[in-house]
Amino acid sequence: MNMLLSPNTQWVLLSTLILGMAAGMIGCLAYWKRQSLMSDALSHAALPGVVIAFALYGSKNLLVMIVGAAVSALLGAFFISWIRSSSRIKEDTAMGMILSVFFGLGIMLLTIVNRTGGGNQSGLDGFIFGQAASMVRKDVYTMLILGLIVMVVVWIAFKEWKLFLFDADFAQGLGLSSRWMNGIYTFVLVLVIVIGIQAVGVILMSALLIIPSVSARYWSSSFKQMIILSALFGGAAGVIGTMVSAIGNGWPTGPFIVAASSCLFFTSMLFGSEKGLVVKAVQLRIQRKEAAKGWTQQTTAMKEVQP
Amino acid sequence: MMSYTAWILLTASLVGACCGIIGTFLILRRMAMMADAISHTVLLGIVVAYLLTRELSGIHMLIGAIIAGLLTAMLVQWFHNKGVQQDASIGVVFTTLFAIGVILIAVQAGNAHLDVKHALMGEITFVPWNTVTLPLVGDIPQAVLMLCAVLVIILFVIIAFYKEWKLTSFDPALAASLGIPVAAMHYVFMSLVSVTTVASFDAVGAIMVVAMLITPAAAAYLWTDRLSVMLGLSVGFGVVSAIIGYYIALWLDTSISGSMAFATGLVFLISFLFSPKHGVVYSRLFHNRKPLLENNET
Repeated sequence: MNMLLSPNTQWVLLSTLILGMAAGMIGCLAYWKRQSLMSDALSHAALPGVVIAFALYGSKNLLVMIVGAAVSALLGAFFISWIRSSSRIKEDTAMGMILSVFFGLGIMLLTIVNRTGGGNQSGLDGFIFGQAASMVRKDVYTMLILGLIVMVVVWIAFKEWKLFLFDADFAQGLGLSSRWMNGIYTFVLVLVIVIGIQAVGVILMSALLIIPSVSARYWSSSFKQMIILSALFGGAAGVIGTMVSAIGNGWPTGPFIVAASSCLFFTSMLFGSEKGLVVKAVQLRIQRKEAAKGWTQQTTAMKEVQP
Repeated sequence: MMSYTAWILLTASLVGACCGIIGTFLILRRMAMMADAISHTVLLGIVVAYLLTRELSGIHMLIGAIIAGLLTAMLVQWFHNKGVQQDASIGVVFTTLFAIGVILIAVQAGNAHLDVKHALMGEITFVPWNTVTLPLVGDIPQAVLMLCAVLVIILFVIIAFYKEWKLTSFDPALAASLGIPVAAMHYVFMSLVSVTTVASFDAVGAIMVVAMLITPAAAAYLWTDRLSVMLGLSVGFGVVSAIIGYYIALWLDTSISGSMAFATGLVFLISFLFSPKHGVVYSRLFHNRKPLLENNET
């Protein structure tokens, strides 16, 4: 318990809280764009950029690495849409290819950097599974600022996002450029992914985007409530996961955050007020009873009419 | 006796061949991301099998992997039936199971045999050292034996039911109306994917196996419209990129599995640009940009 009270841990907790909230909000957009797995492809695609940025800059600077990751993830997004639009290959195949080929390139470069570099590159491996505890104060500030930017972008343009996601034609009719909205969407998605890589790692980053939004779907049908709930679930998972992973020595943060998120998901799935399994079962029973009652009334009525 | 390099090249080619066959069907059935999911969750199957039996031998790993793969396929389907979008349900299932696997490894620390990095990246350089002795053949690496067995299983299952596979991949509705058990074949196929993944584990690791599964098959898809030709090309591309990848890795002195994944990307890029049927350059030259029927923008 002492460890949780140390100022450093509190900063890390704050950053995973903000990260979880930002990822939860963007995850809702991705969910309704039906592009949940895109985040998986893009987070893997960010790895070569992280390594190249490190190799060029020479030391571990989070901001430089975020820029590298963003460039490489955007390149991946560009390739996916290019392959999809100019050949007969479907989007999911394109995503799978970009994901694995970019990741392979990243591992190639990582091996070279680890072999040739000095001693201070040991933290690079942490980008695969995430090591939130290795963050220094400056990294936390960077993450906080970028996470808040993402949340603000979603919040101030809330109406526009809603139109863009649910009625793209109408949005275009109102003069909302879908090209611009798509651009901004990809930008915030990549931004969230790259700030999350340090804490959660490239492999599990997509879980932070996907799971909270799916959980939130079980509680509400309103887009606004869903975004708020998803942010809450994401933030809670971030905090709980970080706290649990701090118990063990050298435990990776990412898997624990994902596990916490999954627990929230199962709870929502069972007890969610909108589509939860328990609620559904109860509703089904009530309906059955009423239907049965209705039928017996009808049949008795018919019997009375018949001579 | 074969040399060290020859064993490695043989292992890599076997991976390319197994993945090439399975990958073709993965793409035609539009299940590329399912392969990604299964390649991750197989890790959980292996970890659990290890914790239960304390052994890392082939057969335990295979059984654990098949169970994990089927569990993934079933959970995805179940969530989807409960109203979660297909790709969101893939995302939820595989990240959760993978996270549990990594947590199990991390908590059981100090385990020299079970190393996350090894499982994810593979270490083909160790393959020739880990041998078993067979009558008649002599010492052969365990991974080669396993890959050969898996290749035989895949070939048997695919060839024995070739017509059924073709029909269920291209027109599942017609297949169902003809009385072919489409759902059962789906789960058989998922088992094949898991088996392939786990056999390729030692050589290329969990994530790079996705590259070997999807990319050569996608490249082959750009060259032909015939299933049999596509299967052949896909296997050929897989083997070629495995060998190119090995030499790139030697040349740059870097991760072999990473280079193999990268090499599949190169093969795809060449196909994407220069394939006479669907290549970008060819379409530009002859101005038949995009056939209207295949433009399935959503």
